Amino acid sequence: MSRASFTSATWLVAEREMNVLVRTKGFWISFVVTIVGLFALVVLPTVFGGDKPVVAAVDSVASILDGEELEVRTVPDRAAAEALVRSDEVEAAVVPDTTGESALGVRVVALNDPPDDVISALVAAPPVDLLDASAVNSGVRQVVILVFALFFLLFGMGGAAIAQSTVTEKQTRIVEILVSTVPIRALLAGKILGHVLLTMGQVVVLALAAPIALRLGDQGELLAVVAPALAWFVPFLCLGFVLLAAMWAVAGALVSRQEDLGSTMGLAMLLVMGPYFGVQFFSDNPAVMTVLSYVPFSAAVAMPVRMFTGDAAVWEALLSMGLLAASVVAIVLGASRVYSGSLLQTSGKVGLAKAWRHAD
Amino acid sequence: MLTMTSISRSFGDNRVLDEVSFDVRPGRMTGFLGANGSGKTTMMRIILGVLAPHGGTVSWNGSPLSTEQRPMFGYMPEERGLYPKMKIAEQITWLGRLHGLDRATAKENTDRLLAELELTERAGDKLEALSLGNQQRVQIAAALVHDPAVLILDEPFSGLDPIAVEIVLEVLRKRAAAGVPVLFSSHQLAVVEQLCDDVVIISKGVIAASGSREELRAEHGTSRFELVVAADAGWVRDLPGVRIVELDGPRAVFEVSAPDGEQAVLADALRRGAVRAFSPVVPTLDEIFKEVI
Repeated sequence: MSRASFTSATWLVAEREMNVLVRTKGFWISFVVTIVGLFALVVLPTVFGGDKPVVAAVDSVASILDGEELEVRTVPDRAAAEALVRSDEVEAAVVPDTTGESALGVRVVALNDPPDDVISALVAAPPVDLLDASAVNSGVRQVVILVFALFFLLFGMGGAAIAQSTVTEKQTRIVEILVSTVPIRALLAGKILGHVLLTMGQVVVLALAAPIALRLGDQGELLAVVAPALAWFVPFLCLGFVLLAAMWAVAGALVSRQEDLGSTMGLAMLLVMGPYFGVQFFSDNPAVMTVLSYVPFSAAVAMPVRMFTGDAAVWEALLSMGLLAASVVAIVLGASRVYSGSLLQTSGKVGLAKAWRHAD
Repeated sequence: MLTMTSISRSFGDNRVLDEVSFDVRPGRMTGFLGANGSGKTTMMRIILGVLAPHGGTVSWNGSPLSTEQRPMFGYMPEERGLYPKMKIAEQITWLGRLHGLDRATAKENTDRLLAELELTERAGDKLEALSLGNQQRVQIAAALVHDPAVLILDEPFSGLDPIAVEIVLEVLRKRAAAGVPVLFSSHQLAVVEQLCDDVVIISKGVIAASGSREELRAEHGTSRFELVVAADAGWVRDLPGVRIVELDGPRAVFEVSAPDGEQAVLADALRRGAVRAFSPVVPTLDEIFKEVI
């Protein structure tokens, strides 16, 4: 009988991990919720915000609103128009200007805020030339950063499944059969590979769904800005996930029971939450963002965000990706040492230093 | 043949195995006996390469066992373990492939084994849905799916009801008959007595006795005999060179000091009347075990 080669053992482990995970309800629920959430975020504002503004207009000036994207209710005089505004039945009212201040000969009456959409319907806007076309309005920018950070958080936390699966193997002691059959490194490699492939699959589906959602939401201009950033985000997120996967596997290997998992997951969770909050809080601080975009774990989300906001050049992204890839190699090697040093210690929690020394 | 030579292993200051040597011969079921904490499980883990020995070697057919050869072993760990949420047929097939079988062979072996172990109708159930006894049978299937060349089973019969013991025994005997060396540990001496060919007794990390079951019995047998006659057997006590162990009406258990001393007793008994039974008293494994450890 020939021993399954390292590659085929790795692949068999990966295949099992994927099979098990795609059969859990939780996997599909979170995936579907993510996609639905993405669509909701992009499409719903258009659906709800897309109605024509309702405007009251005094008879004598109503003709000025002809052909505009407004729903007009004609009223006999200014008093009636104001009444409708006060009762919130209309967004604004257009009344004759008696002071001569208005070139158009009308005034706009509104409750608390100047009604931008009504005003812009009345004014012929001059053509605009944007010098920095990538500059997106800051609200949209924040939303995109939030979405990037959320995906990182979501997939990073999803790595906890690796810790679960590792500790299940330790707890049930099937690990003894596995270790006597295939190299420990193949076990670790297979686990990481399986989860990375599944995560990549989800990221790619989301990355493909995002443009569709943006188009449905009639956000063509935004799409043009987001698309290149997405292209950076996918590889960064996948590399970042490998790093996190290695950390999760170690977290699982250090304990012997599911109940103790909480005590070792802290570091991995910190490495997921840190970049998430870092990017959220400091997205307006170029200095911090620059640092974050080179530090291995946060680079996965900070660099794509900087590419999106136009703050980083392509060479910066490539450099950061190189650093990330190098740290993937280093951390996975280190993790594999700790993993094999702790996997067979089935009594209680193993200290990191002890696992590193392979002491037993 | 699997040969253990001078295997030693310590955990901290605790020397669990001290220069342990024994053989597991092909085609024979070798019972591995010892009290709790005597080092049985540690020894088995070392054979499987799950633990490294601090001294000594495990060799297979004369040459030291390599990592590449270990997948040809079938192993059932002491603390049972398979994936609780995986369907059993799928799980066994997967383990077969992990041991190097192609998918079709692994599938075929799984089906055959589940049939042998009378688990076919549970093939699609998750492991955790099975009773403990049935989970144990699945564990046996997991150890056998890749047609291992050596079987190392840690307490394969614990937790099985008598019918399940028979089924599992049948499966194991078949493998032994096909020439596979089988090493199994047990603390149920009656079970071991009934089914092993060779016995290795370990006590506090050293081998206390080893050999074929018959050899051990002969070695540890006393010159003890049982005689049942038609009338009262009280006269035996007066014979020279005879020590009474037990006397109860027509039945006497005695030991003789001279070789063939029992022949004189038998001749005497026949002269006095009918003899219903006359046989050497063979020590049970239980007795040998208690004597050596």
